[in-house]
Amino acid sequence: MAGVVLAAAAGLVLFALNDQIVFFQSPSDIVEKQVPEGQRIRLGGLVEDGSVVHGDDAHVQFVVTDQVETVAVAYTGLLPDLFREGQGIVAEGYIDANGVFQADQVLAKHDENYVPKEVQQALEDSGHWMNEDDGSYAAGYAKD
Amino acid sequence: MIIEIGHYALVLALVASLVQSVFPVWGALRHDQRMMAVAPPLANAQFVLVLIAFAALTHAYLTSDFSVLNVIENSHSDKPLIYKISGVWGNHEGSILLWVLILVLFGALVSMFSRNLPQQLRAATLGAQGWVSFAFLVFVVFSSNPFLRVAQPPMEGRDLNPMLQDIGLAIHPPLLYVGYVGFSIVFSFAIAALIIGRIDAAWARWVRPWVLVSWVFLTLGIAMGSYWAYYELGWGGWWFWDPVENASFMPWLTGTALLHSAIVMEKRDALKVWTIFLALLTFSLSLLGTFLVRSGVLTSVHAFAVDPERGLFILGILMVFVGGSLSIFAWRAPLLKQGGLFAPVSREGALVLNNLFLTTATAAVFFGTLYPLVLEAMTGEKISVGPPFFNLTFGPLMVPVLLMMPFGQLLAWKRGDLWGVTQRLALAFGMTLVAMMLLAWFMGGQNILAALGFGISFWVIFGALWEIVDRIKPHKVGWSKAMHRFVGLPRTVFATALGHLGVGLTALGIVTVSAYETETVLTMQPGQTRDVAGYSITYDRTWDQRGPNFVERVAEFTLRQDGMVIDSMYPSKRVYNASGRPMTEAALHTEGFSQIYISMGDNTADGGLVTRVYYKPLITLIWIGALVMSLGGLIALLDRKLHVGAPQPARKSATARARAASTPAE
Repeated sequence: MAGVVLAAAAGLVLFALNDQIVFFQSPSDIVEKQVPEGQRIRLGGLVEDGSVVHGDDAHVQFVVTDQVETVAVAYTGLLPDLFREGQGIVAEGYIDANGVFQADQVLAKHDENYVPKEVQQALEDSGHWMNEDDGSYAAGYAKD
Repeated sequence: MIIEIGHYALVLALVASLVQSVFPVWGALRHDQRMMAVAPPLANAQFVLVLIAFAALTHAYLTSDFSVLNVIENSHSDKPLIYKISGVWGNHEGSILLWVLILVLFGALVSMFSRNLPQQLRAATLGAQGWVSFAFLVFVVFSSNPFLRVAQPPMEGRDLNPMLQDIGLAIHPPLLYVGYVGFSIVFSFAIAALIIGRIDAAWARWVRPWVLVSWVFLTLGIAMGSYWAYYELGWGGWWFWDPVENASFMPWLTGTALLHSAIVMEKRDALKVWTIFLALLTFSLSLLGTFLVRSGVLTSVHAFAVDPERGLFILGILMVFVGGSLSIFAWRAPLLKQGGLFAPVSREGALVLNNLFLTTATAAVFFGTLYPLVLEAMTGEKISVGPPFFNLTFGPLMVPVLLMMPFGQLLAWKRGDLWGVTQRLALAFGMTLVAMMLLAWFMGGQNILAALGFGISFWVIFGALWEIVDRIKPHKVGWSKAMHRFVGLPRTVFATALGHLGVGLTALGIVTVSAYETETVLTMQPGQTRDVAGYSITYDRTWDQRGPNFVERVAEFTLRQDGMVIDSMYPSKRVYNASGRPMTEAALHTEGFSQIYISMGDNTADGGLVTRVYYKPLITLIWIGALVMSLGGLIALLDRKLHVGAPQPARKSATARARAASTPAE
């Protein structure tokens, strides 16, 4: 009995793994690897300055960049509180026939000091990661 | 000065925990009375010392003492009082200190309420508890010290993350920690049993109250966390299968299995080695959860500080405890006498199936949670294992559990009569079918999967209550006699019924909201009305106002049904003064068990407002179910036979009870 349940569970896990996991890609990956149209992926990078266009009924378009390649993103819905131009985000969705990334979920960082790890990695890989020093912190006081 | 006293008390507690780790266990092995006797006073002393440390840190927050680094980084003098208090654990150092405080509180409770335990067991348990508190006190003192001062105190602090400035922070972490950490006692009891090399049904009776307390708090903590995320994050999700959530859910699953296997052990003296294993596993998963959440391997609102040294430290603690406890298990468990065998069709057989499915489901969740981390560490490839994976693996494993629950409740111990139980459940099955069809019809009925989900949920609900009906038999003996019997039913019957009823209610909420929730994103102009899920929602106006430490833009919405005003809703967008961080606050309207949820977005160029409106049918049942489950756990705790300080029951009463339970009421 235990064997049957475990085997069934293992089967379910393998099936789900095959079908339900989502790979993370940077704009460069998407351009280089030719991600198939319609496949679900997570796209990470910075929101390009000046690229955000608000349309009707909460429709938004913007461009995600890793400073090497860019991908146009379309999204309908409320953007997270900390979504801003120049900030790191992760979007989940798929590339449509026109090469536009149709996002159904957009995640931004949780607080001021947070850049999604995947985004940081993607930027490091493309050689555009800068370690910003938090000025207010350093100027305010010295650690004991 | 007070800060230094707190720091000093913490170091003293560390020393006390070191002594408690060594001598009681040594004494237990060598039957040395004097060495065993040091355990209880040390456990109490540790609690007092850590309490002093915690009070000192709280004092620093209350007085906004910005000479303390921890207070600077997480507080602000304008912060409302409640968040000054809860802010104590709204950061890495403080939350670990709270963890330790609860850990030593449990140690002190064991030393106070275990006078009737055999001295050896008591000393070894407290000794093992000493190992855990030693490990975590070393962590606090050497790498997560909340009492560090700065040379030049600034005038103001940097304020607490706005997302944490909510009543949820005052409730969720303490509840969850009592649950997490409570399982440490169960772990210590298991280690003690292995060290002493003896275990019997009485052990299960002593351990069960601690399992129950931990389980009740963990249930409440998880439910509270879920509700908090639901109203605070602004996207109306109540469970994301986020690794951080899974971290608390895995010990809950194995803890639930443990709760049931301990009953088998107590009643039938069977499943001993398995129960010990579950006890070790549950706390190991609690430690894993602490590692995942506190180490910074995951980036989430829970990971306050990303510091690799700390991550390695917790990983070290995790490996020592998991590896160590499994080694002790492998070495000593063969010495334990196995209990009796039993027929597959019986109460204990059903409980074994429950355990099998719950632990398998835990394994699936474990795999999905850790696979991305391991894959990234090994190959550098980044993947996300999201809700679809968990729904597809966890869901099917839960269906048999839910289907079996009513049978398990009615099957007799030792040898059950499956056909007899099926006949007795016939009426409950009929009620299930009727309720299922009514609800499916009411919801608009084309969704077959949802209808099946309703059916399974109602089956659990009616099945849970059926045991009571089956025992008092109102249709046979008449209502007055049935009421008399109802009052006389053992508490455990109500505990089981409520525990299972809660599961059914939660399942019903989950199925309904998953199948029938709606999300509408609109751009609305002031005065405009839109219809959502049978309600008319009018956007009236927005205005700006000041809060204690933020400014906010509030929108007013009027909710109408059939032309009648039923509520006004005020979602808002805040910007916190100190940090400049924005924060969206959703507005909720509860109607029966369903909710309307409004979250506001940005203003559009033409003066409109982007608005997200959710209709969440029966969603509150998810959390009400958790409350009902917890209530069941509490009632089980009140059972006299389980009283923590109860005199050691004679062997006879346990068998008598087993016999009584095996003969279904008349």
